[in-house]
Amino acid sequence: MSQTNPEISQSELELNPNLKAKPETLSKIFLRKFMKNKLAVVGAVFLILVIVASTLASFISPYSFDQVNLMHKLHPPSADYWLGTDRYGRDIFTRLLYGGQISLMVAFGSVIGALIIGVSIGALAGYFGGIIDAILMRLVDIVISIPSIFLLITIVTIFKPSISNLIIVFALTSWTSTARLVRGEFLSLRSREFVLASKTIGTKSHRIIFGHILPNAMGPIIVAATLLVGSVILAEAGLSYLGLGIQPPFASWGNMLQDAQNYTVMLTAPWYPIFPGLLILLTVLSFNFVGDGLRDALDPKSIE
Amino acid sequence: MISYIIRRTLMAIPLLFGITILSFAIVQAAPGGPTSMMMDPTMKPSDREKFEEKYGLNDPVHIQYIKWLGNMVKGDFGDSLIKRGTPVSELIMNRLPNTLILMIASTILAAVIAIPFGIYSAMRPYTKADNAITITSFLGVATPNFWFGLLLIMFLSVKLGWFPTGGVATLNADFSIWDRLHHLILPAIVLATADMAALTRYTRSSMLEVLHQDYIRTAKSKGFKEKRVVLKHGLRNGLIPIITIFGLMLPSFIGGAAITEKVFAWPGIGQLFIDSAFQRDYPVIMALTVVSAVFVVIGNLLADILYAIFDPRIEY
Repeated sequence: MSQTNPEISQSELELNPNLKAKPETLSKIFLRKFMKNKLAVVGAVFLILVIVASTLASFISPYSFDQVNLMHKLHPPSADYWLGTDRYGRDIFTRLLYGGQISLMVAFGSVIGALIIGVSIGALAGYFGGIIDAILMRLVDIVISIPSIFLLITIVTIFKPSISNLIIVFALTSWTSTARLVRGEFLSLRSREFVLASKTIGTKSHRIIFGHILPNAMGPIIVAATLLVGSVILAEAGLSYLGLGIQPPFASWGNMLQDAQNYTVMLTAPWYPIFPGLLILLTVLSFNFVGDGLRDALDPKSIE
Repeated sequence: MISYIIRRTLMAIPLLFGITILSFAIVQAAPGGPTSMMMDPTMKPSDREKFEEKYGLNDPVHIQYIKWLGNMVKGDFGDSLIKRGTPVSELIMNRLPNTLILMIASTILAAVIAIPFGIYSAMRPYTKADNAITITSFLGVATPNFWFGLLLIMFLSVKLGWFPTGGVATLNADFSIWDRLHHLILPAIVLATADMAALTRYTRSSMLEVLHQDYIRTAKSKGFKEKRVVLKHGLRNGLIPIITIFGLMLPSFIGGAAITEKVFAWPGIGQLFIDSAFQRDYPVIMALTVVSAVFVVIGNLLADILYAIFDPRIEY
């Protein structure tokens, strides 16, 4: 009897033997719900694979990312070069791994930056309301109205496109959706009883914001951040394709495509433009699947 | 209703102000200022003074902003720095029709394909067909549009020769609608892909919500055919939120158009913007940033007004 929950009476146990087990922990519930979404699980496995492989690039591949070998340029996929070689005889598989390091670093860095800006602005606007809310939300409206690719291109041509500059620029152009989301969460949470209770006992505003409201808004924020990683990868690829991203000889998934867009390259070596794009597609797709899975798994109201 | 429209329009004005300030500020932040690249480093001090006088560079920043804004309201965006003497407004007006044709064509394409698929998905949720449509739209959202464009050019244009590789029309040929359409098909498909995918998912979820309403069940229990209930009773309410979605998708749509134009050498304002950015032609950059943002603001304004007209449940 020591294993059973003391709050459940004997008669209840007879009616429902399942009650005998210990109640599930939150993380177990989360995991069980997430595992039910097959696409999300496949996406998560793929992402882990990509992240681990890119991180261990120097151990996995015998080549270096900028090793030119003009004897073997545009070599088709083979046992030596799994995904073929590019115009300078560099191994495409190797460059995809090293490019993954940069593309993923830019994407994660940008999303962290966007979260810091977006959560701060959304929390201030939603918690304090009134004139602060009005001003901050007009700022969001202004940034949203300008197509972000125009801002990105302008800023990157003015300041050089280094990794850190790219992260700053993406953070500055992609925080708005997070700000709106966090504001909405704060608006609905700030009038709930537990917040009013903390206010009554004199808790300081910053403790209420970070200690009480923000943890309750984490679910939607995590989902939005996951989806944002995918869209930053796409934007970075687009910018690199225009020649405004990471500069050669360093590889990023986008600048490999820029290099591959030459018509003669496309005709003689179709694998070159196909593989980097396919990897971008699969990675973004996986982030979107995982985001979708997290949405259901983190929502306490979702039906199991 | 009239008072709502007026109020909503007035609200757009401070927004436009903010947009012009932001566009101006970014360019001012360029090292050495926006006109530094026009000045010859070996210029004599007296020439430099004349130059600065001519372009008003001696004025304080806020005066420069007010002058720029004042001229812009009159339709004068200044002259291009690269193509000396060509007014920016002329450059934009030459390119704008091409961009509008591309955007209208792909909007129609996206709507014509996405809305029926979204409705069908909502009518048969969680079936094989619905799952296939959902996964396809996930793919559409995740595809880098420039890569999709490159693949289409690679297979359909270069290998098979079915379509031209770029441009709006065959060079030195007489104007023909068929030739124009032939050039338009691939870029329109590429630009429409992402929005088609997003629109399918929004239509599905919006219709799914409407089809669970009591009045739909009432209509069904009265013995109307399912097709009629969905298309006549459901669609009227299910499509209203789509108006807002169109407004919200506008910024990314314009951005997508810029890259698509670059891939297909389509001479529109997106390509003009990218080329000008590379050449640091700041008057063009500033003008196009403001013009595209004004499009977005007007688009959202129209979306809100249309929403108010189509949804009688909302009172203002």
